[in-house]
Amino acid sequence: MAKYLLLKHYRGAPAAVNDVPMDQWTPEEISAHIQYMRDFAERLEKTGEYVDGQALAPEGSWVRYDGEGRPPVTDGPFAETKDLIAGWMVIDVDSHERAVELAGELSAAPGAGGEPIHEWLEVRPFLTAAPSTTDECHP
Amino acid sequence: MDEALLRSLTPSVIGVLVRRGADFAAAEDAVQDALVEAVRVWPADPPRDAKGWLVTAAWRKFLDATRSDTARRRREDLVDEEPAPGPAPGVDDTLQLYFLCSHPSLTASSAVALTLRAVGGLTTRQIARAYLVPEATMAQRISRAKRTVSGVRFDRPGDVATVLRVLYLVFNEGYSGDIDLAAEAIRLTRRLSASIDHPEVAGLLALMLLHHARRSARTTPDGSLVPLAEQDRGRWDTTMIAEGVVILQTALSRDRLGEFQAQAAIAALHADAPTAEETDWVQIVEWYDELALLTDSPVVRLNRAVAVGQADGPRAGLAALAALDDSLPRHTAVAAYLHERDGDLPTAARLYAEAARKAPNLAERDHLTRQAARLNADRRGPAR
Repeated sequence: MAKYLLLKHYRGAPAAVNDVPMDQWTPEEISAHIQYMRDFAERLEKTGEYVDGQALAPEGSWVRYDGEGRPPVTDGPFAETKDLIAGWMVIDVDSHERAVELAGELSAAPGAGGEPIHEWLEVRPFLTAAPSTTDECHP
Repeated sequence: MDEALLRSLTPSVIGVLVRRGADFAAAEDAVQDALVEAVRVWPADPPRDAKGWLVTAAWRKFLDATRSDTARRRREDLVDEEPAPGPAPGVDDTLQLYFLCSHPSLTASSAVALTLRAVGGLTTRQIARAYLVPEATMAQRISRAKRTVSGVRFDRPGDVATVLRVLYLVFNEGYSGDIDLAAEAIRLTRRLSASIDHPEVAGLLALMLLHHARRSARTTPDGSLVPLAEQDRGRWDTTMIAEGVVILQTALSRDRLGEFQAQAAIAALHADAPTAEETDWVQIVEWYDELALLTDSPVVRLNRAVAVGQADGPRAGLAALAALDDSLPRHTAVAAYLHERDGDLPTAARLYAEAARKAPNLAERDHLTRQAARLNADRRGPAR
């Protein structure tokens, strides 16, 4: 039982094999894509592996502290290098193999021409909160 | 309303229903319904025989559900004709439930969830919160698990080792929120140990008690890890340690050693030492040798390398470590520690930092990062 974050990137990941921008798809292809994602989430809920998932807007801001009494600085000179996250899903599965298997399925969502997008998904394990009690003999 | 009493009665009531011919999933549902009714009725009208009341109520719920299901009319006729026997001796039924809930056809997470629900009597919401998943997800996990075992026959004992593995998984999950899974695992193992005479059940119970006794000393109030050697031994629960040691000694005297007894023996040697320096590392290495014969687990050999480092010096520990695959979890952390004790601080600092990046949990990562930072600060000289 381990939780993983499946991350979809707008940028920063290698290009998808079937790399056609979504606005070039037919409306039916877009519907099929969205339906696939919904079915996927629903299926994971039924298997008891779904935790949460959300889509994110493509436009975000970078913010940092700019000194006492000054408003935070937004954005900055790195607009072109920032990564953008399109959305994420958290799953709770029995093994890393299962997390990879599910990410593979999600990456097969249909895109342009009804063909799978083959997009790259990032799979990141959650750090657990507490250490396993059996390991305390370690330094 | 005594929630603990209700929870402790749940498994044996399910067991009675199943023994009378109810399908496991249907029995579990019926008992949940009966519990809801108990919560409603008991405060005003407490029963004299709580278990008898629950069996009667659950059996009625089961019959109602069966009757309303026309497709099952034939079976309804069968069970209806059968005279309802009085409450059966509960012990054996509960034992069967442990086996069923950790049946090999279930995945580890399903077995854990089903055990907590059917044997532990926890609600789906409580289990979901303990595992930080949505209640709907946990409900599906449990109902799938129930479907998986619904065809399993309930008439012969399963594998004790599988049950113990599931209970150990629950124990190691620690705790979050209102359900303390470590305490829950101890409670369930205690009851298993009361209904089955098996040295490894006793071994696991002893192991859990010996670990749990040190719990409050293992972390600081802000959650940082405290290594065994630095723990305040005055905060260990000596009553719990004494109980664990007695249980372990009784189990060991039967001369049927298993991995949990061996692990408990190591935990007992740690618990026994008045100070970290007085730990009997030589005997701990011997127990790790026993354990390696029993499990052949790489994690055991890694722990053994730590013990060898304590018993025979860091060079011996590093030699033992060199024989192991360096991709093992925590291999780098152990290497860092042994290099530090050997006086090679730059290597130790580098390895601590590397181990921190690979750490599987937050507390361990923070601990290892601090170790690296401590050595790096020492090497830079006094703080500026």
